[in-house]
Amino acid sequence: MSATAPEPTAVQTAPALELRDLEVAYRVRGVWREVLRGVTLSIARNEAYGLVGESGCGKSTAAFAALRYLPRNGRVMSGSILVDGEDLLSMNESQVRQLRVSKVSMVYQNPTAALNPSIRIGDQVAEVYALADGGSDGSDERAREMLSKVQIADPASVMRRYPHQLSGGMNQRVVIAMALATNPSLLILDEPTTGLDATVEGEVLDLIKTLREEFETSLLFITHNLGVMAKMCERMGVLYAGRLVEEGPVADVFDRPSHPYTVGLLRCIPRGGVRKDKETLDTIPGFLPQLGADLPACVFADRCGLAEDICRQQEPPFHRVSEGHCSRCHFYDRAHTLPRTTGAPPVLGESARQEPVLQARGVQKTFHQEGHAIHALNDVEFALKEGETLGLVGESGSGKTTLARLLIGLSPPDEGSVVELDGAQLAPTVSKRERDQVRALQIVFQNPDSALNRRFSIHRILGRALTMLTGQRGEEREEHLRQLAHSVRFDVRLIGARPAQLSGGLKQRVAIARAFAGDPRIVVCDEPTSALDVSVQAAILNLLVELQAKQKVAYLFISHDLGVVRYLSDRIAVLYLGRLMELGPADQVFESPQHPYTEALASAVPTAEGTERERIRLVGEIPSAASPPSGCVFHTRCPRYIGDVCKTEEPELKEVEPGHFWRCHYSAEQLRELQKTPPKPRV
Amino acid sequence: MSSFGEPIGSSVTAADSPAVAEPTVGPGPDEAKVIRREHLALLLRSKTFIAGALILGFWIVCAIFGNLIAPDDPLRTNPVAALQAPSSAHLFGTDTLGRDVLSRVLVGARDILIVAPLATLLATAMGTLLGLVTGYFRGFVDDSLGRLIDAILAVPVVIVGLLSMVALGPSTVTVIFVIAVVFTPVIARTVRAAVLSEVQYEYVAAARLRNERAPYILFGEILPNVMGPVLVEFTVRLGYAIFTIATLSFLGFGIQPPAPDWGLQIYQHYGLISGGYWWPVLFPALAIASLVIGVNLLSDGISQAFER
Repeated sequence: MSATAPEPTAVQTAPALELRDLEVAYRVRGVWREVLRGVTLSIARNEAYGLVGESGCGKSTAAFAALRYLPRNGRVMSGSILVDGEDLLSMNESQVRQLRVSKVSMVYQNPTAALNPSIRIGDQVAEVYALADGGSDGSDERAREMLSKVQIADPASVMRRYPHQLSGGMNQRVVIAMALATNPSLLILDEPTTGLDATVEGEVLDLIKTLREEFETSLLFITHNLGVMAKMCERMGVLYAGRLVEEGPVADVFDRPSHPYTVGLLRCIPRGGVRKDKETLDTIPGFLPQLGADLPACVFADRCGLAEDICRQQEPPFHRVSEGHCSRCHFYDRAHTLPRTTGAPPVLGESARQEPVLQARGVQKTFHQEGHAIHALNDVEFALKEGETLGLVGESGSGKTTLARLLIGLSPPDEGSVVELDGAQLAPTVSKRERDQVRALQIVFQNPDSALNRRFSIHRILGRALTMLTGQRGEEREEHLRQLAHSVRFDVRLIGARPAQLSGGLKQRVAIARAFAGDPRIVVCDEPTSALDVSVQAAILNLLVELQAKQKVAYLFISHDLGVVRYLSDRIAVLYLGRLMELGPADQVFESPQHPYTEALASAVPTAEGTERERIRLVGEIPSAASPPSGCVFHTRCPRYIGDVCKTEEPELKEVEPGHFWRCHYSAEQLRELQKTPPKPRV
Repeated sequence: MSSFGEPIGSSVTAADSPAVAEPTVGPGPDEAKVIRREHLALLLRSKTFIAGALILGFWIVCAIFGNLIAPDDPLRTNPVAALQAPSSAHLFGTDTLGRDVLSRVLVGARDILIVAPLATLLATAMGTLLGLVTGYFRGFVDDSLGRLIDAILAVPVVIVGLLSMVALGPSTVTVIFVIAVVFTPVIARTVRAAVLSEVQYEYVAAARLRNERAPYILFGEILPNVMGPVLVEFTVRLGYAIFTIATLSFLGFGIQPPAPDWGLQIYQHYGLISGGYWWPVLFPALAIASLVIGVNLLSDGISQAFER
């Protein structure tokens, strides 16, 4: 890599970014609180360096510091930041601006917020060139070139559009194009694909990889997703409480994690097709320390299962594990023996009842918008048995959330849709349902900040739910409330707190407790863990499994994270453009033969093992539900496209194996044969 | 009975339960009080707020103790000493009936400081109700009430005042009614906008999912979350109300003689300005201006403190 660089001079051999003993603090309520506690790292030229850690560990602060772009209350207390060997902290404002124009670029998590909504894409991209060259000659032309480099099919028309007319994935490409416009030597990516669908995420990651080689750019890649890290980076650092606790080549760190925190993080995610009845997910006990808290000598000691007295008295040095692989742990050589914090999985008893609790047939939902009819759901059918989990996957816009809202009665389905609870048709809206039906069918929303009234105490939130769903009052209600809090592992002492005073995981526990207040039969979980960190996610998933085992509740589990869905689900339904494409037992859906759409979806997910199967490229974006393609709605993007039959004839949902349904013209045997080899890319 | 009574399965150890392992998450439970105290501290540090509070405070003292402070009886006429220029005997001079202008200005704070807050309070209550209902129900309710609001906003205040005075007869109650009717739609719009963004939060959906009735959702769940904008809107409207009442009095539709109201004093004397008798007009006018400025400074201070 570096061998191709012409005549290395003193400046060019310097690392692209070097942080030395960097300490950054934020001033909160008049007190300086440490965020980064002496971070030292170095990113070589052409290297991709990943930084992982849970939210609040200081990842983004490190990135902002590298641009000297800290928030107003932030300050570098000590240490130095070197970009291409130049000391960033000794520069004046205009030199820093020059550096941001020419050498360092950043891509943020939310592309729609990074673009100005009232300026056309073309003008925004061209502006970067105009700024870099000090003139605008030919900047339009160069903007168009750059947009085609980020694989935007029709740059000329995209340049005339506004950000809101493009999808999230497209916007992120535009942002990447802007970031690479000036050929920076260092590109900082702060969770660049977190808000994107799996298929789009795969595309954007591939794009970043290709462009990186072309532009010979170094990457600082910040993510909480270990799978993405494994795919994108050569070296990685693990940040905990503002301190780098482990660093090394990605493969080494994944193979031989040598810090208990890394070990814990890796155990939190459902990997290698693990399922809820086989194994509980490990969690990291305790909480991330608060900003600027006093910490023991080893910052992780309070949460570490291996901690001994020495960890609190003596700061561990950066032990060398192997070439380039270091760990800041006294017991780095036995970090992998970190005891598990969770026991065996609860026994999930088979339900004796065969009739489904919930049955949906011919469910349709049409939205009317400016005279257009948009078919958000089309002929969806499924059944849910007692104590069973049905996973619901699909890209955004596939109708997952619409289906969830329709089942719980927040928006009525079209006439003729059948939704039965215990064989009795449910009224279309919740206000017309019986109390017993309402309490039987509850939901856990994605974002607990939005789902819990921020003005109310937890006591009031749960108490009101109990009163309304069970009719209990007084001491009886208080007793039940305590049991409820206990069952979701929520400390009763915190019951007087308001949501803003609790961590994300605790808030989600409250939201789960509220759904369980009336002893529900079915709980719809709409991405309940996507706003949470992995260790918290693991604890919440364990809790859901435990509650299910105890109460025989059925889940409709919606998630874009296929690993999580696979861990939790007994059966999986795949939605595309409001149509059920595949429905079957979890294992069968994830193994060949599978519907071509599921095949593409599953292949797009980067796995933490790094043993990725070849990703199947889906052509283009998900079509608009207002004008779905003719015939099979997936034919425009299908990697196993047959021919005209797909364009003209919509396949029926047929049973290809016992209990396994899909909507495809191919039979199980044909696809099993075909899927032994990856599909040829479509033009 | 519920199945929550069963002991937690021993399969999962306490380590799975961060809440139990470490109860001191996040800020302590009395954080709400701390935040409230911080708001107060912010307010007290804001020069805008302090200045506004001092001006308003001064006029409130005048409104309550006006008769004690005033050097003269504001209603006592003395035709012999009519229209005397400001002097040591009468700092602000005397008016056409020989009444002491300073006393009338000081005592004049009373009427406006009773009428304006009452009218604004009524408008805020009705506007909040209307805003909650239109913002939550949308659809037909929103459309029809929305057009009504537009219609009221389209009619000039003075016309509404004139018509009401004719229909209901001139009185303080009529003034309150007019101000309330005119300000309700403005406040309703602000509250409706706040409610529209609240309704998108899922706690509203969660309330519907336990069969809460609409009044509870509106007043129990949503209202506490829109109190900030309501409070700011109240103080802003209070300034406008003072101004509007003065205008109505000036036109003769407001507070009726012989009350020492500021607008009324200007109305009774503005014809004399060209004759060089400026003092019975200038001092009440300054009083109105200072009170409006005081209230506006106060409301700026409050909205800054709450918008942080």
